[in-house]
Amino acid sequence: MKRFLLFALALLVGPLAFAQNGGELRFCINSEPKTFNPLLAQDDNSEVIRYLTAGVLLRVNRITQKPQPELATGWKVLDGGKRIRFKLREGLRYSDGTQFSSADVAYTMQQLMDPALHSTTGDAFRSAEGKVTAQAVSPTVVEIAFPAPVANLVNLFDTVAIVSEKSPQKETATLGPFYMAEHKSGSYILLKRNPNYWKKDAAGRPLPYLDSVRLEIEQNREIEALRYRRGEVHLINTVSPAIFEKFTADDPSLVRDAGVSSDTEQLWFNQSPTASLPDYKRAWFTSTNFRRAISQAINREDMARVVFRGHAKPAIGIISPANKFWFNSKLKPHPYDPAAAIKLLQQDGFHQENGVLKDRGGHAVEFSIITNAGNRPRENMAAMIQEDLKKIGIKVSVAPMDFPSLIERISDKLNYEACLLGLVNADLDPNSQMNVWLSSADNHQWNARQKTPATPWEAQIDKLMRAQSSSADNSKRKQYWDEVQQIAWEQEPFIYLVNKDTLVAIAPGVKNAQPSTLRPQTYWNVEELALK
Amino acid sequence: MKALRWGATALLILAALAAIGAHYVAPAGYEHQFRESPGVSPSAQHPLGTDDLGRDRFARLIYGLRVSLILAPLAAALTTLMAALIGGIAGYCGGWVEGCALVIMDLFLSIPWLFLLITVRAMLPLNISPESSVFITFLLLGVLGWAASARIICAGTRDLLKSEFVWLARASGFSGFKLLRLHLLPNLRGTLLAQFWISIPVFIIAEANLGAMGLGVAEPLPSLGSLLRELQNVVTLRPEPWRFMPLLVLIMVVSCFQTLLNKNEVRT
Repeated sequence: MKRFLLFALALLVGPLAFAQNGGELRFCINSEPKTFNPLLAQDDNSEVIRYLTAGVLLRVNRITQKPQPELATGWKVLDGGKRIRFKLREGLRYSDGTQFSSADVAYTMQQLMDPALHSTTGDAFRSAEGKVTAQAVSPTVVEIAFPAPVANLVNLFDTVAIVSEKSPQKETATLGPFYMAEHKSGSYILLKRNPNYWKKDAAGRPLPYLDSVRLEIEQNREIEALRYRRGEVHLINTVSPAIFEKFTADDPSLVRDAGVSSDTEQLWFNQSPTASLPDYKRAWFTSTNFRRAISQAINREDMARVVFRGHAKPAIGIISPANKFWFNSKLKPHPYDPAAAIKLLQQDGFHQENGVLKDRGGHAVEFSIITNAGNRPRENMAAMIQEDLKKIGIKVSVAPMDFPSLIERISDKLNYEACLLGLVNADLDPNSQMNVWLSSADNHQWNARQKTPATPWEAQIDKLMRAQSSSADNSKRKQYWDEVQQIAWEQEPFIYLVNKDTLVAIAPGVKNAQPSTLRPQTYWNVEELALK
Repeated sequence: MKALRWGATALLILAALAAIGAHYVAPAGYEHQFRESPGVSPSAQHPLGTDDLGRDRFARLIYGLRVSLILAPLAAALTTLMAALIGGIAGYCGGWVEGCALVIMDLFLSIPWLFLLITVRAMLPLNISPESSVFITFLLLGVLGWAASARIICAGTRDLLKSEFVWLARASGFSGFKLLRLHLLPNLRGTLLAQFWISIPVFIIAEANLGAMGLGVAEPLPSLGSLLRELQNVVTLRPEPWRFMPLLVLIMVVSCFQTLLNKNEVRT
């Protein structure tokens, strides 16, 4: 009887134990990472390697959107954001066995802030002229000081990989769940389980559950989807609405809608004074009433339903509702109201003649929209805008073009009228959008690189942006950002169209997956993922 | 064989009639978006269903056919004319003129025309209407496609100049334009016609290639090429036969032209 019970128990527990340990997780990256140095990671693929291998002081939880302890057990922001002190875990070792201490954190910060390294991760900490210093107060306490308060200081450490000062392997020695074991150029990258990884699950078993992660280098998204369907890879971070629908029809357990993302799709008019536009068109594009009228004449609900098959929401403004803390919840979506649009246009002297909208000077209102060829959702959005604006007498030409030509037009030559593009917001903190909203910024797309703000509202945004970036008090920063969002909502230099949903593919055999709207959507909790 | 040619002619005439009378055959229009019914299956209202934006697929196919059937022959006529002119002069003059012409032809043949077309399309004004964009696309195809035909015409002209009846004509006092008009051109007619017929399906497919990359005819005007884009995504392609209609029509049209071309080649 005892033997039978033991056998029954083994039958019951055996598969569970098997499910929790071992196996190789496979997914695709779209090209070779540009660097394996975590301090220099800038492109998406290098960031994937960094995320899977690097140990960080803290990690922003992709579900709660709040920082949680990792190598640091706690932290304290001092001097109004000019200093931060971390208390570190004891007894940790890198993948090659080297001891981890506060000296490694100090060394990492020195490396990161070295101007010769040109690290974009380091650039985020440069709040003002002056030196960033890191001091190991004790083996388990480190303090980092900045010349001026740094906005979003705590969350910035989510991307700082702590490299070893003493390890002979330098930055390839990792504190994260995996280390890089093999790399076949153009084919795959194999990451193996870090035997010295410090985390354990609730039952006290060492994490990660997986033995290895294999990153297949696959440029073609179609082939990636086919490989997923054949069971060759386990995850896809973002799938198109069309593929999502097809997979849902085949087997609903293949894909998941994680909810509205923080990415935006927007239309803007060229307001640059140096653009080769006729004066009357420049007058249209710089008119707030004109932009608001166009916005109100676009049916965003239809766009979300038809183009994205219901997997998108009409956009409200700069920040998506997916960004729980920073979104200004007082703002409401712009209503679809062609009659109100015509009234707004009439205030600026526009009138309709035989169904054609004309301005004060008798010029028929027509403009072109450029977008990147080959991006079906964007081409379809442009076609819908064309149809919507036809209803109020505006003729729109849609000109899809190859991406390099489009970038050249919007960045250098400025020979375009309107552009439809998207913005990927990888960072929750909107401070990363400084390069878009400052009137002097290169990516201030509608009128870039202004010497002095062209309009009072742009001057006000500049003021608010500078104020928020020099404050460490998030409640104050939120107030500034709410005002920026309000101004952008009223002025509509960007006409925000939709926020796409995060559509992911996670094979039914992957356990413990909790898809998030934030990157990396499917494997942000990779140490907890297991294969059945 | 004769029945096949008759069949091809009948099909092309039928397609041309449908395309010309598109307004009556497909009253739904090619641009109206039935937004309440995107991507629906065939019905009495939409014989081939609707596309992703709710536009009637049948109407778009008929209007797309019109674009291809009218403009591809026009582009073919232009390219044949240019080939006749350049190839004819080169072959007739011979010597350094022919040498220079052949170098230019080789240059045109070696240019990756697809990239050239993309570049030229990118240089066009952004505000041109869809009708103008499609016209310019085919014009470019016509202007860039003459080199291969010109080589054949050049060789044909050179051969004719060595023929006995041309020697006889020259001995009888014919020369210059008169020799070209009365003896060379009539004898090159078969070759020119063959080049014309060959060029039509080539241009239809070339436009389809451009359209499949989203760089052909501007929205909302359809063309066979832009309609083929629906078939690009192998993962999402569903076993819905009506989605393949543009492909079938393209194959049908090109095959019909090919059948008629064989007839003309036999005559030549």
